[in-house]
Amino acid sequence: MTTLINPTPVPAPGNPVEPFLRSDRMPHIWCPGCGIGTTVNCFAQALIESKINLKTLALVSGIGCTGRVAGYVKLDSFHTTHGRAIPFATGMKMANPNLNVVVYSGDGDLSAIGGNHLIHAARRNVDLKVICVNNLIYAMTGGQTAPTTPGHATTSTSPYGTFEPAFNLPHLVEAAGAVYVARWTTFHVKQLARSIAEAFNKKGFSFIEVISPCPTLYQRRNKLGDGLDTMKYYKEKSKTKHGCPTSELGLTLSGEIIVGKFVDRDRPDYGSLLKAQMHESLGDKYVDYDEEQGYACGEDGGCEEDSCH
Amino acid sequence: MKADPRGVLTGTHFMDGDHACCEGALAAGARFAAGYPITPSTEVVERFAQRVPVVGGCFIQMEDELAASIALQGGVWAGAKAFTVTSGPGFSLMMEHIGYAVMTETPCVFVDVQRGGPSTGLPTLPAQADMMQARWGSHGDYEIIALVPNSPQECFDLTIQAFNFSEEFRVPVMFMMDEVVGHMTEKVVIPPADQIEVTPRKHTHKSVEDYLAYGTNGDMVPEMVHAGEGYKFHVTGLTHDERGYPNMTPKVQHKLVNRLVDKIRSAEDRICLYEEDSTDDADVVVVSYGITSRVAQRAIDMARADGLRVGKLRLITAWPFPAKKIKELATHVKAFVMPELNLGQMVRELERAAGGKAKTLLVPHAGGSVHQPEEILAAIQEAVR
Repeated sequence: MTTLINPTPVPAPGNPVEPFLRSDRMPHIWCPGCGIGTTVNCFAQALIESKINLKTLALVSGIGCTGRVAGYVKLDSFHTTHGRAIPFATGMKMANPNLNVVVYSGDGDLSAIGGNHLIHAARRNVDLKVICVNNLIYAMTGGQTAPTTPGHATTSTSPYGTFEPAFNLPHLVEAAGAVYVARWTTFHVKQLARSIAEAFNKKGFSFIEVISPCPTLYQRRNKLGDGLDTMKYYKEKSKTKHGCPTSELGLTLSGEIIVGKFVDRDRPDYGSLLKAQMHESLGDKYVDYDEEQGYACGEDGGCEEDSCH
Repeated sequence: MKADPRGVLTGTHFMDGDHACCEGALAAGARFAAGYPITPSTEVVERFAQRVPVVGGCFIQMEDELAASIALQGGVWAGAKAFTVTSGPGFSLMMEHIGYAVMTETPCVFVDVQRGGPSTGLPTLPAQADMMQARWGSHGDYEIIALVPNSPQECFDLTIQAFNFSEEFRVPVMFMMDEVVGHMTEKVVIPPADQIEVTPRKHTHKSVEDYLAYGTNGDMVPEMVHAGEGYKFHVTGLTHDERGYPNMTPKVQHKLVNRLVDKIRSAEDRICLYEEDSTDDADVVVVSYGITSRVAQRAIDMARADGLRVGKLRLITAWPFPAKKIKELATHVKAFVMPELNLGQMVRELERAAGGKAKTLLVPHAGGSVHQPEEILAAIQEAVR
């Protein structure tokens, strides 16, 4: 069983996730029944559970409904451009390897416009924790077809039904090289929080897909009910199959959703490979850049000793 | 502050502009670069990839220019000085992230070694046809700084200047080289580190409680912090208030965009660098920049040998455009002659600044080679008539 430890004192009876949120930014923009807020709650629970150092945790989002997560978490948070959260996060991790970098974005952002970056970061095994909220649609712009939209679903740009084959994201990132791949729905709050906490302890490219409702645009347009109906669907049609071959994880409009942890393997991450190669080729001449942080500030840069380095 | 000696290759070298640009970046303190190969710019990052591991930094070759131009900004927010290097087609792909750097006030340098276009154009041959793109290529209203070197020595010196401007004003600086300057090999003198002035990051001294990510103290450039320092700050490309929080109202937009523009415009006198010669009694002033200025010099010398009163104004800063200087010259010269390796880009600014007080003659060239001095001389002769 997990022990709840609040990193900062919370006046009773506050919600335990409150210290992780920017309450001065509430109310948030998400619709009633949207699953993104639920995933943020799970993320906050995972922060509590994993006792991770919040000071060195940075969160990077792209654009879209899920892209707004960066604005609501009380962390060093970066709301970047559409599709480019992963390369931004890659740059952060390289310039300061002591940072824990989380990428939190949507399916359209990460797998369509950002698809190239997704596979290359997985290939390099950059030490990033990617949380992909997959609502099967472009929600922020009004419900257009995404690379994840299942066949026959109706969207604003597929008024006669989607016929493009969809990406199976766990399969894609496993093939590209991710070391940790899991999928849950917003019904599986405990499992999701546990998975995120587990990914924090994993070095390398970790990918957690969260199937999440968009009652306003996806469920409504496809006559799949409201948020509550979707929770019932997730409950009834989800099957936990840890270790299931990712090739079997394709999604359909109203069929089974296989959830679980599918990949948990070890291979050296980008930073370790880089250093190993430099040590091998350059020997003592190599200057380990971990120790060089904060150079941009100069000697009188104002950063305190323990904060900048 | 003075440059970190580890990054400074003090000595007299025989090197090309691309390599000198890399040495300038290292001397300026750049310890992170993200790039994508593209002719004729790649040598800059090739050298960086070789040099930076022994200086204390790292390089990554990204999957495309979209990635390179945002990875470098992640690096900056993690504490590094960073840059990327490209040429025309890659520069086109980077436009969105120039806008992001402007909006988020991320200090960084974009090096564009210009080649002929449009599209794939002339990969191995020169042009100066990205000059307007450097200024206006990203959407929205903004100001950037662009510097134009005309020699390998300036590729070194002005790259340091580009980093220094970027840190001082928290603005992306465009470093507008061209294929000839990039591949031309000449003497490059790199001074000792203690003779190189480097502008440090404008890092806050404020406590977490007192700090506002986009708060200003009268000088229009906010103080910065980095990820991992405990400030728990927010950065967004959306219109934002002083806390860095999204606030999409006309009032906040007005305040923010005006400040982003004014912080550069109000410092134009300091940012606008140029080289001026014999303009006092000139009938004609040749205004040029980059590699074209070296051909122009030959034409000016030829014209003077013929007894023509010709002055020279070489732009080192292209953006912001030194309009004040042009206005002043326009009151006492007959005409300006401007050769460019394009069909008329900076000449529009020249015309605007001259305000009809002096005529302007363009010596156009679609790129692929440099001008012949005689073409410029002919324009000078026409201008004095």
